[in-house]
Amino acid sequence: MSLYRLPDRGRVDRSTPVTFTYNGSPYTGYAGDTLASALLANGVHQVTTSIKYGRPRGIMAAGPEDPNALVQVETPFPEPMLTATTVELYDGLVASGLSGQGRLATEPDPARYDAMHQHCDVLVVGAGPAGLTAALTAARSGARVVLLDDQPEAGGSLLGTTELIDDRPALEWVEAAVAELDSLPEVRVLSRTTAFGFYDDGFVLALERRTDHLGFAAPEHLSRQRVWRLRAKHVVLATGAHERPVVFADNDRPGTMLAASARTYLHRYGVRCGQRAVVFTTNDSAYQAAVDLADAGLEVAAVIDARPQSPAGWAAECAERGIEVRSGHVVTGTTGHERVIRAHVAQLTDGRPQLRSGIGCDLLLVSGGWNPAVHLFSQAGGRLSYDDALGAFVPSSSLEAVTVAGAARGTFQLDGCLADGGEAAQRALAGLGRPTAGGTPPRPSAAHESAERPLTLWTVPDPDEQHAGATQFVDLQRDATVADVLRATGAGLRSVEHVKRYTTIGTAHDQGKTSGIISSGLVAQSVRAGIADLGTTTFRPPYTPVSFAALAGRDRGHLHDPERVTPLHLLHVAAGADFEDVGQWKRPRYFPRAGEDMDTAVLRECRAARESVAMMDASTLGKIEVEGPDAAELLDRLYTNLMSSLKVGFIRYGVMCGVDGMAIDDGTVMRLADDRFLLTTTTGNAAKILDWMEEWLQTEWPDLAVRLTSVTEQWATVALVGPRSRDVLALVAPELAVDNDSFPFMTWREAMVAGVPARVCRISFSGELAFEVNVSGWDAVTLWEALLAAGESYGITAYGTETMHVLRAEKGYPIIGQDTDGTVTPQDLGMSWVVSKKKPDFIGKRSFARAENQRADRKHLVGLLPVQRDILLPEGAQLVADPQIGPPPVRMLGHVTSSYRSAALEATFALALVKGGRDRIGQTLYSTVGDELVPVTVAEPVLYDPEGARRDG
Amino acid sequence: MTVDHPQRRSPLAHLTAELAATPVGVSLSEVPFLTQLNLRVDPLGRAARAVEEALGATLPTAANTAVAAGDLDVLWLGPDEWLLVAPEGRQESLEKSLRQAIGTEHGAVVDLSAHRTTVELSGALARDLLAKGCSLDLHPAVFTTGSCAQLPLAQAPVLLLARDSEMPRYWLLVRTSFAPYVAAWLLDACVEYAASGP
Repeated sequence: MSLYRLPDRGRVDRSTPVTFTYNGSPYTGYAGDTLASALLANGVHQVTTSIKYGRPRGIMAAGPEDPNALVQVETPFPEPMLTATTVELYDGLVASGLSGQGRLATEPDPARYDAMHQHCDVLVVGAGPAGLTAALTAARSGARVVLLDDQPEAGGSLLGTTELIDDRPALEWVEAAVAELDSLPEVRVLSRTTAFGFYDDGFVLALERRTDHLGFAAPEHLSRQRVWRLRAKHVVLATGAHERPVVFADNDRPGTMLAASARTYLHRYGVRCGQRAVVFTTNDSAYQAAVDLADAGLEVAAVIDARPQSPAGWAAECAERGIEVRSGHVVTGTTGHERVIRAHVAQLTDGRPQLRSGIGCDLLLVSGGWNPAVHLFSQAGGRLSYDDALGAFVPSSSLEAVTVAGAARGTFQLDGCLADGGEAAQRALAGLGRPTAGGTPPRPSAAHESAERPLTLWTVPDPDEQHAGATQFVDLQRDATVADVLRATGAGLRSVEHVKRYTTIGTAHDQGKTSGIISSGLVAQSVRAGIADLGTTTFRPPYTPVSFAALAGRDRGHLHDPERVTPLHLLHVAAGADFEDVGQWKRPRYFPRAGEDMDTAVLRECRAARESVAMMDASTLGKIEVEGPDAAELLDRLYTNLMSSLKVGFIRYGVMCGVDGMAIDDGTVMRLADDRFLLTTTTGNAAKILDWMEEWLQTEWPDLAVRLTSVTEQWATVALVGPRSRDVLALVAPELAVDNDSFPFMTWREAMVAGVPARVCRISFSGELAFEVNVSGWDAVTLWEALLAAGESYGITAYGTETMHVLRAEKGYPIIGQDTDGTVTPQDLGMSWVVSKKKPDFIGKRSFARAENQRADRKHLVGLLPVQRDILLPEGAQLVADPQIGPPPVRMLGHVTSSYRSAALEATFALALVKGGRDRIGQTLYSTVGDELVPVTVAEPVLYDPEGARRDG
Repeated sequence: MTVDHPQRRSPLAHLTAELAATPVGVSLSEVPFLTQLNLRVDPLGRAARAVEEALGATLPTAANTAVAAGDLDVLWLGPDEWLLVAPEGRQESLEKSLRQAIGTEHGAVVDLSAHRTTVELSGALARDLLAKGCSLDLHPAVFTTGSCAQLPLAQAPVLLLARDSEMPRYWLLVRTSFAPYVAAWLLDACVEYAASGP
């Protein structure tokens, strides 16, 4: 047993010793320790040095509020920026102190992370005395209750104290309460779970650390951490309070700790944090620490009470134990290097410290009062007000369906907390219309009555007047001092938010839990304003740091984003397709054969389509069925061209524009019946166009009798392309008349194809004779395999999106979203023919009359032919008029939107948007290719078969 | 039209074995080839009454509820929209009788049988599994038998139907393009239960 570990105290498991390494040295602790308590048990206070000044820094608190004890954990997986006070000890833990900055692992994290949604009637945050009472009261009424607590076991402050409840140790009451809660089917108790964000309507995010504490023994199948997405009808915040220090010179020396934290280390971990202590306080609570430490065998040299009068009851207890009490005194500074060896004590007269004397100690405990943990309340929009008597900010407004209980609202005595919890639950139940079940409220042991109010003291005047405040640390993690605050106010800053940004106080991992209010108090003093008027900085989620891995949860790897696939996907995979992402879809980009790269494969696929027959999976196109007596009228208003004149059995190409007249989508419209149409959208736009149509229908034209239904996945579509496509179709659809007269361009037929019912369309996105065969998704494989077999003798070739792009670009067919960017009209695309001159109105029509839309130098879609026929222009390349780039600004004429190698043209080519492009046809422009400029000839966008001779085969 | 479907494939056919190998407490399977028709009709009109007569079922008007009539489920999707789910092979006869019932009134009937596939999820852990990616309250007293909802499960849009909320049995109607994602997500969600035990 070490000098600092007491044999008979604490809740650690002495039968399970644990070895660990800190800053390269081996140590031993026990299961149930935190890294901090185990270090303290080994006499280690200093954990690191500070980020800016390199000053030694030690463990200061026992919870997440600690500003110093940042560590990097190395095993089993590297994780930076953890607080030693919140890292549970496990065997084989290797960690080291951090000076403000950690280092992310370079390897992927092998652990699982996940999320869980949970609804409840009453959510209680904090399983201390107030929270436990609230949860019990609510649960006994039959309500659905969730109780969260960030510690491994319930009890809150009771874990670090010696109180009695119902005449037995408080922790026995806690144990019974948890057992009762666990026995109720509608109750969930989550330990190691920190509520880190509180949003509107009872929505709370919490992080459960499920296996961190198991270290190497963590089972792989369990998620390491889980984000709980909790939705509660009523939230009880029993989040407790954080002790805050008083700022004095050299207050950062290791061995300087918060008083109640030392008491927690004693009672909860059986650790005494030093051998000789000085306690410096502004309130009663630190006396309990002094007394308990003395009872545990520590020498408590003195209690330094800044108040003129020490509380009589506590003074008597101290006297019993031979502890000197000096009221009206303050600690003005410390001596020591890696550890405090002396506290400087001086009498405070008229706010000025008098002659100082030194008291030798290796532990300096400080209490400047208590800050209610109002973080979640404030995040949810609750207002705070300054309570003069407490010297702290407390919840002041009421939030709907939120109750704050116990220390979180400034009720610091145990009896008050127990009563408060019960009342909070009753209020919650009343709001839910549930009766409260009976039961005896728990009864605590009597506490010392105090006659002495706490004193609010932010900082002790610095005896070093030359460098006043330069070693009085406010935010220890940021190395920000009283001098920094004074510099900020000296520069004219008055807002605590501005001072925060200027000094960085409160911006570290701990978000200023021990420093924020002190900073506000210092600003108030400095600018002679009331702290109540200055307020606090804003509390924002997360309450404690949350790793990105936890937030990402299971949305990693193949679940990162849904991969949408067609019914033919597995065939494409088996065929060795190379896939590209189109929106969320996985589409085959090309089908390489052995030894082929993309260029060769695409040239081969293109040749097959132009010279014989090729086929492509086009199932990803968005499909919307439009039904109703006003269906044609709706389409007339949405498309730029006339759709109502389309006859049943026919198909028309159409363009949709936004209200600004810019093209937003294109596709085909089939008329299925007088009152039924089926339209297609581009793959990536399906949901957007359905929303667009519904928006007009529901908000602007509710009088139209039309109904829209997405049928995208009902149909699988195979495009059959090439001069021999008719022959192949005839083989698989023997009953269908496929000749040009019976089945002309832009018509559709119902037929049996490959033995399954199909809708066959004669449309072409390549300029070749082509068909699109639509069958039920269930029959897609049947169709695909039948087409492959029937086309075998013609060398039928499967092709992907890259070939589709080459084929369509050779014909000058634009892709909305690739060749357009939201500023391109149908006229810019050279498609004035698709804009009706007859229709009285349609979306976008008005904009076409704007002067801006009439300008001759608008960007037009044109073709580009590199003069050197094998240069592939990069898509996005800028186009200029001169072969040399002059001094900036260089006048840009446009850019390349699509660029490919063409088998048919035996050359590369591109499409581009060019200012006044149609008037430049035949001219030479220059395109950037890397650092070079290469000449290109502007051409008509239709580069292949401009007369359309190939369409009918 | 009766057609032999020698190679008809359901979207999750290739995952049958994986879905069957779930841990104790979870059962997962695809219910393929169900008949699914989308119906749009004015709930107050004559056509709605005629449809109800033809179906032998009422069209539920309470949001997010479904009624079962024999082997037919009628799911409320919107104030004038329902999804009819029936056993395999009924789409043509059902569509015909619906169109007849609607007559000349404005309505829409669209066959969506192949648009979505159905995943049945049951077992004591079914609710926990869904709670990993579904923000709705699935407590049996809240999401009761016959409740349905259109919502994201993880990142995929699904139509969720509680066939039995007490001995939990749910149907997830999933657009076929998302079905492999949903199946992979559900199987991944099972991992923590798969390896449980001492």
